[in-house]
Amino acid sequence: MSEAGPTITPYRDGPLIVRGKFMLLDQDGNPIETGRDPIALCRCGKSRSRPFCDGTHQVVRFRAPSTREEGRS
Amino acid sequence: MPGPDLPAARGEVSELLFDTLQLSPRELDPISLPRSADPLADEDLQLALYCCYELHYRGFARVDEAWEWSPSLFELRGRLEEQFLAQLIDLVGQPESGSGEHWTEMDLALRAIGDSDDSPSLSHHLEREGTADQFREFLIHRSAYQLKEADPHSWALPRLSGRPKAALVEIQADEYGGGRPERIHAQLFADAMDAFGLDSRYGAYVERLPAATLATVNLMSFFGLHRRWRGAIIGHLALFEMTSSVPNRRYGDAARRLGPDDPRATAFFDEHVEADAVHESVAAVDLAGGLARDEPDVAGDILFGARALAALEGRWAAMLLEAWDHGSAALVSPAMTVGPPA
Repeated sequence: MSEAGPTITPYRDGPLIVRGKFMLLDQDGNPIETGRDPIALCRCGKSRSRPFCDGTHQVVRFRAPSTREEGRS
Repeated sequence: MPGPDLPAARGEVSELLFDTLQLSPRELDPISLPRSADPLADEDLQLALYCCYELHYRGFARVDEAWEWSPSLFELRGRLEEQFLAQLIDLVGQPESGSGEHWTEMDLALRAIGDSDDSPSLSHHLEREGTADQFREFLIHRSAYQLKEADPHSWALPRLSGRPKAALVEIQADEYGGGRPERIHAQLFADAMDAFGLDSRYGAYVERLPAATLATVNLMSFFGLHRRWRGAIIGHLALFEMTSSVPNRRYGDAARRLGPDDPRATAFFDEHVEADAVHESVAAVDLAGGLARDEPDVAGDILFGARALAALEGRWAAMLLEAWDHGSAALVSPAMTVGPPA
């Protein structure tokens, strides 16, 4: 949608939203089809469609700030 | 493209309305509107209101398009809306003015509404033990909204600016297929209906939909068409998106278990899992939070819209599960209506 970027935004207790022009590649360098713009990347690790978010963070009550975390217990 | 036929009336108000809509625009005969004990379950009231609103979407076959802006019709619609709104306030309380959430906390406030919703879960039932007939009935109920998915929220676009406007466009662009007609979500839903052997034409099942189902759609039209309720339509959309990904994963699994071996049967639900995972964050933070930042006075309305969504969806789901529990369906039988419009 936007020609600038990319920008990556961690949303509170939710996924990483990636906007702008970017490529998503697997570790062998093959493109991963995204199908939409922007995309949400899983941050809680529990999605069934990794690397994409599928909303499971709500079920597991994932908690993380939107800004940089300064260490945690 | 001509709209659907007017449905059969269900009482005095819808009968007068539908009879008159088939004439050229004119004054409606005066009608005294009884105070409904339960407007959300009032078949006559909800159907009349639904058809008043439908004039702004696709209209009806053989109904003059000029009716859309008829002052006489607005007068009746206003009285129906008054009862509708009064019951919403009874259910979820007055929108809080002035003491609304700070915009940076809007996502948390919306999530708290979703978390405190203890309504029965339709998606759980359909995923685990629902029957194919129940799944088809679920599609029929949902068709009232899903065949115009996103449209009621688009009314808000000209009323926003800046960050919340950009966020709404970002969400709606995806809802409308990102420029690809075959990917429009309403089209994906029509495809699912086709795969399940249902009639996917717009409005085909309105006559079978009970008041509790029509009320879920009237809620969006009421909030969407009134600029005064722009906060509420945004709160409605935000909570809708925030509570959509996981249920749609379950509906998709139900469709795989119960439906035909046809990708169209599941594409709508599968699409919504990842799409709404994106929309959830954008709607809660950028859209609802952004609007609360621009217009702190409507923060209370945002939460009111979300609470109203949860309340009406809860009543709707409870109605379906109760009917299914008794081995029946929650659809209007032709005997309930007062006969086809003259």
